[in-house]
Amino acid sequence: MMILVLLLCCVSSAAPQESHHEHGGGHNATGIAIVSFKWHHVESPYLVAVWILVCFFGKLLIEANHKITNYIPESALLICFGFILGGIVWGADKVQTFKLTPTVFFFYLLPPIMLDTGYSMPNKLFFTNLGAILIHAVIGTVWNAATLGLSLWGCHQGGAMGNIEIGLLQYLLYGSLMAAVDPVAVIAVFEQVHVNEVLFILVFGESLLNDGVTVVLFNVFDAFVSLGGGAIDAKEIIKGIVSFFVVAFGGSLLGFVFGLLMSLLSRCTKNVQIIEPGFIFVLGYLSYLTAEMLSLSSILSVVFCGICCQKYMNSNMNENSIQTVRYAMKVFANGSETMIFVFLGISAIDKAIWVWNTGFILLTLLFILIYRFIGVFILTWMLNRYRLVPISFVDQIIMGYGGLRGAVAYGLAVNLNESKIKEKNLMVCTTLLVVYFTVILQGVTMKPLVQWLKVKRAEIAEITLIEKVQNKVFDHMLIAIEDISGQIGDNYMRNKWRNFEEKWMSRLLLKPSARKQQDHLYNVFHQLNLQDAMEYVKEGERRGSLEFIRNESAFVDFKKKLGEDYEEAMPDIMADMANDQGGASALRRDVLPTVSLEMHEQNMRGLREAEGINAHHLLDQHLYKGRKQHRYRYSRSHLDINQDENEVQEIFQRTMRSRLESFKSGKMGVAPPKTITKHTKREPQTKMPNGKNKPYHSGDEDFEFSEGDSASGYDTSFPTRVTYRAGAGIENPAFMPDLDPSSPLHIPPWLADAGMEVNPVAPSERAQVRTPGYLHRLSSLRTNTRSGETAQDRDLPTPPPHRDDDHL
Amino acid sequence: MLMINVFVSSVSTEQIKNLHMRFQQLCGNEKTLRKEHLENIPTLADNPIKTEIIKAFFDKRNQHNNELGSYEEIGFEEFLMVMSHFRPPSIKTSAEEKAAMRKRKVRFLFNMHDTDGDGKITLEEYRKVGIVEGLLSESESIGQEVARAIADAAMLEVASTNVPNMVREVTKITLALFLHFACPQILKDLEMESRMYVRFLDMNTANLHCGK
Repeated sequence: MMILVLLLCCVSSAAPQESHHEHGGGHNATGIAIVSFKWHHVESPYLVAVWILVCFFGKLLIEANHKITNYIPESALLICFGFILGGIVWGADKVQTFKLTPTVFFFYLLPPIMLDTGYSMPNKLFFTNLGAILIHAVIGTVWNAATLGLSLWGCHQGGAMGNIEIGLLQYLLYGSLMAAVDPVAVIAVFEQVHVNEVLFILVFGESLLNDGVTVVLFNVFDAFVSLGGGAIDAKEIIKGIVSFFVVAFGGSLLGFVFGLLMSLLSRCTKNVQIIEPGFIFVLGYLSYLTAEMLSLSSILSVVFCGICCQKYMNSNMNENSIQTVRYAMKVFANGSETMIFVFLGISAIDKAIWVWNTGFILLTLLFILIYRFIGVFILTWMLNRYRLVPISFVDQIIMGYGGLRGAVAYGLAVNLNESKIKEKNLMVCTTLLVVYFTVILQGVTMKPLVQWLKVKRAEIAEITLIEKVQNKVFDHMLIAIEDISGQIGDNYMRNKWRNFEEKWMSRLLLKPSARKQQDHLYNVFHQLNLQDAMEYVKEGERRGSLEFIRNESAFVDFKKKLGEDYEEAMPDIMADMANDQGGASALRRDVLPTVSLEMHEQNMRGLREAEGINAHHLLDQHLYKGRKQHRYRYSRSHLDINQDENEVQEIFQRTMRSRLESFKSGKMGVAPPKTITKHTKREPQTKMPNGKNKPYHSGDEDFEFSEGDSASGYDTSFPTRVTYRAGAGIENPAFMPDLDPSSPLHIPPWLADAGMEVNPVAPSERAQVRTPGYLHRLSSLRTNTRSGETAQDRDLPTPPPHRDDDHL
Repeated sequence: MLMINVFVSSVSTEQIKNLHMRFQQLCGNEKTLRKEHLENIPTLADNPIKTEIIKAFFDKRNQHNNELGSYEEIGFEEFLMVMSHFRPPSIKTSAEEKAAMRKRKVRFLFNMHDTDGDGKITLEEYRKVGIVEGLLSESESIGQEVARAIADAAMLEVASTNVPNMVREVTKITLALFLHFACPQILKDLEMESRMYVRFLDMNTANLHCGK
């Protein structure tokens, strides 16, 4: 890698001569050159690529030894790496050919990072603390700028800085560019420290939102400096204040608009899913550039774009796209961050810019720290009077200490106009030094400080399902209390927003299928299912390749089941079979031998596939499912299948028994057959329009609920499975007593045939009741109760998305 | 008005006055509040756990006596008592007061779930309050069966994953368990305060409707 760098330097210094040579060479009539060295041809992109490579190598080097990164944050190490590189280049060239130019920084390196932060922003946390964040961002930054500028000026007047030509306005300008807490630095340092989320979001949110203020302050003071002191009057000041609002709100609004645009687009990309990630990046970048163009706050724009679109993008896009976007964003953000820090290091090694003024530099450092702490303490004290959960003193210290300056300040400093500001170099140097101080020193000491002060750390525990449920109950409860007490509280507002959002925005921006999937509880539930499923399979594997297959009696039925699987996978054939009973069995017969052959041969691969299929099949069958389970199809062809399934079910249960002995409970479940009755009754009602099984899919968007499932390779919407499941209730005896007391006790049908309905699908009932209540697994319970409630409380099988009213 | 002394340190007289006004508004012409008065509040109509909340107002257990059952009608003291569960702590409340408040909040929650008053929450009770009522109408995508299953899953989570010593079949949740699992944040000071409070912002009486 060193070689690479050296090569780089040589090449760059040699380049001018090369091109000359080439030109000269071109004019000579020496004939065709077989190979020629066209450096100039590729110079720019080549250099860019090589630099990126170098930065990444640096990161590689640094990360090679994790012990070091525990103590020193990566950003600090990268800066040091930058120093070394800078030294090399300097050594080779005697002039710093490469440095962090504002253009590159602001246009290429910063946007990906900001987009990433916006996209992965924890929205709820952010908005809950928005008040505090805003106060710190706006008032805090203004305070920082003003106090720094004024103090420095005061010291200048007092003669502490010797002879430099900086006027009050310039000091204020300098103050404004130094005031802002830098998001890149904050992420870089805090990400290794893992403080509690509220603290983090406060500092981080502040660093993001203060861009609005920084931009305004900088531009205003820049304009003032250009105009000269005399032209400032009340009108200008007012314009300055107004411009703040315009810049900040305009930027956010612009970002918001872009976010909406993105979401809208994502709604339409069903057919071109491969392009979905592209939209995000391009539109995100455009939002940044548009804001820059309109002189609004570009950081705010891109961050709000990300914040706004997260929810919709994540719901609308397909799984692959989501992963791609997330990962790619992280790649870009990480890459940018690395490059920023390396170049910050490199830029320091440049004799041309170094001006040393002890007073200026030291005083700046001092004031920055002091005023930061003072500002934080004062503001938090004010905020704590209104906050429900006050920010503790320790947290405040960390907030103060976490006021890191970074590349943004440096970028702004380099942007200063040299003709107006004579001491630009001094400012640039000081800025660099401050950045190094905060990133390296404060970064290194942050972790020990956090530990020493025993700051509350981030919780890693995931919130359990029951907690989520409880939270919902809380919400409703609070809203109710607010209604009763007739007062408008936070919850009321939040509720209003939620209703508005669900009613208008979701409808517009989410794909219909996505809308239904929104419920968080459901998702948690789904996650639990998947976990459960995986454990289930793992345990099966542990006990030796799905030992339930080995059970002979199960054997037969698995064949049948697989037969059904195949059948289900080929609905068309089934449809055809609708009229031809013999055909159906023939098909199954056809399919079976292949499968059973495989199993007989103990072809491991085949077995595993079969296992896989089985596992999927089993899992699908018996774990919690979404509503789509109730979307069963009714078709005459399934009569027979029911009967078979009945037996299959029964035998399956028996094998499950041995497997799940540990969950055995003494109670034998009694089915709430009332529910089954209804369930089966319903079946005749939902005849498919043309007897085919397929149309159901198009009719019901629920099916698009692909439970993103890798767990189920199948479209599980087939009636067979559902009706099967009606019988599949494996009761959880633990919960039996608590099941719906309203359902009449029913004697198991094998005892009293009278209980059976005169209904072609009655057999499933039999299966239902016959299942031994051994299985403690929730899945079983779920299926049971699910089928129980199906008929009673479900709507008619009309797709519910048309239910427009959004209650609470 | 003896009860009022219990929390007068935290709730300002201003708030008490406001609540009193509201109470009178809700009652209409009568002196005491009945269930119908609360049920008539229009905005409350959409709330999935409306019944439970209303019941909570009339539940004797929330009144700090050890009786069971419920009142037919309540006076202002009882109304205020229930409301007091939701007041936010101010900076002035001491640590013991906060702990006591927290306990009362949890008790309130528990009582809401425990409909038959036996001191335990059965799966059915939990299902009913927490799930069937609380979640169904909120989201279109959850059917009742799914909701039930979620309740079961939640209970099972509590039972099997966290309490290895216990018999697998946990059919009832006692207050302790409830505390521990359903609202683990309760055990952490800050969270309870932030989860269960109603901040009484500006009350504009002109805008109040009591649905009459």
